[in-house]
Amino acid sequence: MELDPLILSRIQFAFVVSFHAIFPVFTIGLASYIAVLEGLAFKTENPVWVKLSAFWTKVFAVVFGMGVVSGIVMSFQFGTNWSNFAQASANFLGPILSYEVVTAFFLEAAFLGVLLFGRDKVPAGVHLFAAIMVATGTFISSFWILSANSWMQTPAGTELRDGVFYVTSWSEAIFNPSFPYRFAHMALASYLTGGFVVAGVSAWYLLRGREVEANKKALSMCLWLLLFIAPAQAVLGDFHGLNTLEHQPTKVAAMEGNWETSRNVPLLLFAIPDQENQRNLFEIGIPSLASFILTHEWDGEVPGVSAVPVDEQPPVAIVFWSFRIMVGIGLLMIAFAVTGLVLRAGGRYWRTNWFLQGMRFMSIAPFFAVLTGWFVTEVGRAPWLVYGQMTQAEALTPSLTGGMALFTLIGYVVVYALVFSAGVYYLMRVLYVGLEDRDEDEHEADRPKRPFSAAHVPFEIDHNSDDTVGTAKPVNQGGH
Amino acid sequence: MELFDLPLIWAFIIGFGIIMYVLMDGFDLGVGILFPFAPNEEARDTMMNSVAPVWDGNETWLVLGGAGLLAAFPMVYSIFLPALYIGVFLLLAGLIFRGVAFEFRFKARTSRYLWNWAFAGGSTVASFAQGAVVGAYIQGFETANGVYVGGALDWLTPFTVLTGLGMLAGYALLGSTWLIMKTEGNLQQWAYKITLPLLLAVLVVFGIIGVWTPFVDEMVRERWFSNLSIIWILPVLTLLCAIQIYRSVRDRRDGMPFVATMGLFITTYLGLVVSRWPYVVPPEYTLWEAASAYESQLFLLLGLLFVIPIVLAYTAWTYWVFRGKVRAGEGYH
Repeated sequence: MELDPLILSRIQFAFVVSFHAIFPVFTIGLASYIAVLEGLAFKTENPVWVKLSAFWTKVFAVVFGMGVVSGIVMSFQFGTNWSNFAQASANFLGPILSYEVVTAFFLEAAFLGVLLFGRDKVPAGVHLFAAIMVATGTFISSFWILSANSWMQTPAGTELRDGVFYVTSWSEAIFNPSFPYRFAHMALASYLTGGFVVAGVSAWYLLRGREVEANKKALSMCLWLLLFIAPAQAVLGDFHGLNTLEHQPTKVAAMEGNWETSRNVPLLLFAIPDQENQRNLFEIGIPSLASFILTHEWDGEVPGVSAVPVDEQPPVAIVFWSFRIMVGIGLLMIAFAVTGLVLRAGGRYWRTNWFLQGMRFMSIAPFFAVLTGWFVTEVGRAPWLVYGQMTQAEALTPSLTGGMALFTLIGYVVVYALVFSAGVYYLMRVLYVGLEDRDEDEHEADRPKRPFSAAHVPFEIDHNSDDTVGTAKPVNQGGH
Repeated sequence: MELFDLPLIWAFIIGFGIIMYVLMDGFDLGVGILFPFAPNEEARDTMMNSVAPVWDGNETWLVLGGAGLLAAFPMVYSIFLPALYIGVFLLLAGLIFRGVAFEFRFKARTSRYLWNWAFAGGSTVASFAQGAVVGAYIQGFETANGVYVGGALDWLTPFTVLTGLGMLAGYALLGSTWLIMKTEGNLQQWAYKITLPLLLAVLVVFGIIGVWTPFVDEMVRERWFSNLSIIWILPVLTLLCAIQIYRSVRDRRDGMPFVATMGLFITTYLGLVVSRWPYVVPPEYTLWEAASAYESQLFLLLGLLFVIPIVLAYTAWTYWVFRGKVRAGEGYH
């Protein structure tokens, strides 16, 4: 079988970028939460806020570390597998991505160290300032990345001359038509992710009766936040969809599973898209609802996939189903947020077992929503890399062979599997150890400036700690 | 007509970034290369502690260099990376493994030996790959219309294997002289002991590379031998640095071997630069041909002029905070 470097490169990019994306989407939300906790701690001097902030800062440190490691790979992917794209778009993307690196450097170098290690070393006000700067920094960082991605979706402010993009207007290129919607959508997604993870972990602690006072407060805070932003995300998503309808009608057609441009288009709940015959094999839908959602008129016209030639169509099934998973999780989020409000009556939200169990499982839901959301927008752009101007095939590195692409694809899968299972395993250890005060591990190195050093948790399960109360402590704990 | 020769300014910025990266990440990679040969586990703890506060700041220069290259010289970026495809993967994999080893080794007890290997193996692979990149640059690239058209393993030749080994030896020397400066007692004595053999290895490999390079490419030969020019001062300075390393190790001067090793790297680097100047994608393209659009170079330059001084100040401050000897057991018990 002939190995196709294009398909393999697309799989490789999807793999490394998906893996990378789950870390920043969480840290952006979590950084803001930590800043809020620090603000409350500064204002009220209630030790609960310090306790919560200290714990979640540990989690932040580990996840941020994994995000940085996986991010390094991303900055080289454009050159190794998509060199024609790198060459063509460098006049715009080069400066934009460089500014992102510079922002990230400031975030990590100047303020992260103070946030992670400075609690007892700098005045409380300075520590709070560092927390706010880290939260701001994550947003500035995502500002540049989303500007770059949005430009690839809805290019503006540039002109293509002899196969190279030249910037004619920086402001039009940076603030291109889809950027405001994508940035807002992603910002809310980060808050939803942070909110559901903190709420889910707090629910888990509450189920086990650990640090009830602090975790009750954390859960309550998150539920208030989610109550507002989960519905807000649905509204914003609608606006984003309308923007996509204007600029990338074929993507919307694929999201709706609509082949022929027509009126009174139903909202499909289930369908099996058949790309070959340009139709759905089986479908269940609500009549005219897609027309209404997209045009706000029951008989509004909805574009169809078949309006463009077959070789300019995205793979409809992936886009169609990713979109449904994302929206489904979004609705589930709203349901949980509203249930939380209902259970506030009589203060039941932190004592109702089935709700806490549900919240516990919802802690991983936002990651699936974020990934499927990105699948919709990235796969839905196919076969274009820069929409309407450069295809994925044109963007591919000319010298790349299928064998080379396969080699590095397997390589990245192996490296990530090893490194990130260690990382996720360690994160689980941090969560397991939890918020409780305990003697700082005596084997712990106190080395400033290392992200993971902020998490004073040993790598292996510690049989000497109090989760095995009653076991006699061996005199020699090893380690030398 | 443009006001400034921006590609030239950018060449200086990126050239400066590269040597900053080589010197700074060089010694912490070197510590990783030497890691398996350390006298004992306690020495390894101290070795790792000596670079732990600064290594990721050092690697920032690599990321900044990569992004800066895309912005200022996209042709270099989009020819080097495809041409060095497999090598770039090995470099990244190596850097990832050693990066996480820094994080996890101090947390680990029974699995510590695994992180030792991740640190040493990752550092060694990454260093070799960097040396091979230098060799591939000297060799030049097969291009057509600004696009790489060679094969996947064109970069892997006896010459690049030698430059890879040269980088291993050079980084190991930076690592050992760094340890002389930063440690004391048994570990320092060990570092003193291995420094002279490492220096000898560096001189032998660099010497062979120096003699071989002019024969790899006619242009380089021309540059060095057509008329006796001022550039011959560079190899002379390199030799003087080597003598200085030897004397300062003999006299047990703690700081000087590291400083002289940096001098050795800088003069070798400048020798490399003058061999190929102004070609950034040899043998075809000069830095002006490889540059991005004027407005793009300007847009980023305005930001970096503000940022680079702050980065340098911050870097200097970090090294100042962590100045002095790292003692065994300090920061780790």
